[in-house]
Amino acid sequence: MCYIGQHLAELLGREPRKPDNEEIAPQAQEIHFYKKGQVFDAKAAAEEHQRLKSNKWRNIRWATLLAVNLLFVLSYSLDIQLLEGALTASRFAGFHMADLNSALQVMLAFKEVLINLLIGTVTVFILWFFLGGRTFCSWVCPYHLVAELAEKLHLKLVEKKIIKGIDFHRGTRTAFYVIFAVLTLASGYTVFESVSPTGILSRAIIYGPGLALIWVGVLLLFEVVASRRAWCRYVCPIGMTYGFVGAASPLRIRYNLVNCQHEGECRKVCLVPHVLDTVIKGRARDVEVPIGADCTRCGLCVDVCPSGSLRYEFKFGGGARVTATEQP
Amino acid sequence: MSKKDKPTEMLPVSRKRAQQARRRFLRSVALTVGVVGMAALGYMPVARGWKPRLRPPGALLEQEFLAACIKCGQCVQVCPVEAIFLDDLDQGFGVGAPYIHARDQACDFSCDGLQCVLACPTGALTHEISYPHEVDIGIARLDRPDKCLALLGKGFKGKVRGPEFTGKFRYIEVDRWNPVAVRSQDFDREVCDLCVVHCPIEIRADQCEAGKPPSGDPNQCPPKRAIGLEPVDSGDGMARFMPVVYDGCVGCGACEMVCPTEPAAIVIDMASVLKS
Ligand code: SF4
Ligand code: SF4
Ligand code: SF4
Ligand code: SF4
Repeated sequence: MCYIGQHLAELLGREPRKPDNEEIAPQAQEIHFYKKGQVFDAKAAAEEHQRLKSNKWRNIRWATLLAVNLLFVLSYSLDIQLLEGALTASRFAGFHMADLNSALQVMLAFKEVLINLLIGTVTVFILWFFLGGRTFCSWVCPYHLVAELAEKLHLKLVEKKIIKGIDFHRGTRTAFYVIFAVLTLASGYTVFESVSPTGILSRAIIYGPGLALIWVGVLLLFEVVASRRAWCRYVCPIGMTYGFVGAASPLRIRYNLVNCQHEGECRKVCLVPHVLDTVIKGRARDVEVPIGADCTRCGLCVDVCPSGSLRYEFKFGGGARVTATEQP
Repeated sequence: MSKKDKPTEMLPVSRKRAQQARRRFLRSVALTVGVVGMAALGYMPVARGWKPRLRPPGALLEQEFLAACIKCGQCVQVCPVEAIFLDDLDQGFGVGAPYIHARDQACDFSCDGLQCVLACPTGALTHEISYPHEVDIGIARLDRPDKCLALLGKGFKGKVRGPEFTGKFRYIEVDRWNPVAVRSQDFDREVCDLCVVHCPIEIRADQCEAGKPPSGDPNQCPPKRAIGLEPVDSGDGMARFMPVVYDGCVGCGACEMVCPTEPAAIVIDMASVLKS
């Protein structure tokens, strides 16, 4: 279970750390040692990437994301009553569902919990526990999709040296989490909801656009010209809540050390590259490593990896053996 | 690089590191202040009560309502007359919270069973009420007596609010279940009493008095009357009447919606404003 503690610490903002030798399983040590002598042929690797590049998971994911959000729209506009409400709270075929973070806000602000809301939270909790907490982010959240497109633009601008991206400390998100919780508790208003692009976009898609989209536009602009995926990386409490829920989830990305060439393409496409720290040469603690709680299971790394070292996995339990000396 | 073993040369590197870390820390603080500041801005419209809103049936008092509402719009989706809309950014913390603009489309209880209340997952629309007469959106008030046709001793003939008006109302004698466009009806009243005849509470009270409670359920009978025309003697020999709002008014807004004067002679005041 120790790896969960470590993943949670990283979720809260701690930098991933290079493991000491005794923290690495003997088998992995052997592979590390063997790879040390290998020369890395960057050109061959680049060609390999070109040849094997795939968008399979991205396409499946985009289709899913659009389908879920479309289902909300169709349920309302065609009155088929399958998925009523919005992402903050809904009813799927009669079952109550409530976004955990929105529900948490209401509970903190209102200080009273209605049974329907509780039922909705439990349903969603179970769902995302099994599907992997932050799967919500890349497979459902509408802001994720537009931010993904903004990210492409941002990277292009950086590549052309028109701008220089800036970063923030990932602990900022933890600070936000606490601040929003305290503000909500103290003021009695669901403070975060007024700036949540997830809620704003979801409502805009279902009930029609409004002024609030300006705020979403400002966020996207900031991400394009200043900081790559800033909202999801450094601010969004929804992602954090789901990160906690899915910390021990059976669905995740799994890393296999054997064929990895450590050229790091996966870390370049990742929205939360710190979770892929383990793919850096010499860092994997074991031959098989489950990727951490902050991972959104978007599959971009799976698509981009030519050696097949990153895969989806559905499995209960820790997955990787954890050495005795590993500490949180 | 040739002097890299000298410790004095190592210093700038770590100093640069420290400086970078410090910059990043300051940036992070600035980001935090910026986003929290934006979120805090949401307080302004709420605090100042810029535009007090009529909330859907069953809504808690404004502050509690905004705390409890999860901004999902399920109440919006179930309303057969589409009377409920969601607030926008200019309402601050109210963004995404449902409201009713009675003049455009009032709640006329077409859904019979207070569907919005049943749909609400958080209790922001309290589940403690089940009948229209228990609703407390606001209260009607004769805002411009000088405009009121009944007080002027005038009647009304034609389509209420013109042929373009999009509002809907369920005229039970036209269709028991489905609301129709207000403009589909032609009126010809000697003395204008449109607010009274459109009042859902009055309609139910009349049905009950005639021994035919809605759906045969005596629980549907309102205990008090909501509005009536009372004669006014102004000494000029003219037959004048004044719409008088009684305790049974729930603030549904049907009277404001159908009032043929422009602007409406009768309007709804918000319940929670009156209470606090
Ligand atoms: S971090 Fe927040 S905004 Fe980003 S994808 Fe997840 S829920 Fe959406
Ligand atoms: S159904 Fe309830 S929680 Fe949802 S928007 Fe309406 S009042 Fe708010
Ligand atoms: S008097 Fe007007 S607001 Fe009051 S219940 Fe009747 S129609 Fe509704
Ligand atoms: S509908 Fe308007 S004008 Fe007519 S009686 Fe009522 S308040 Fe007066």
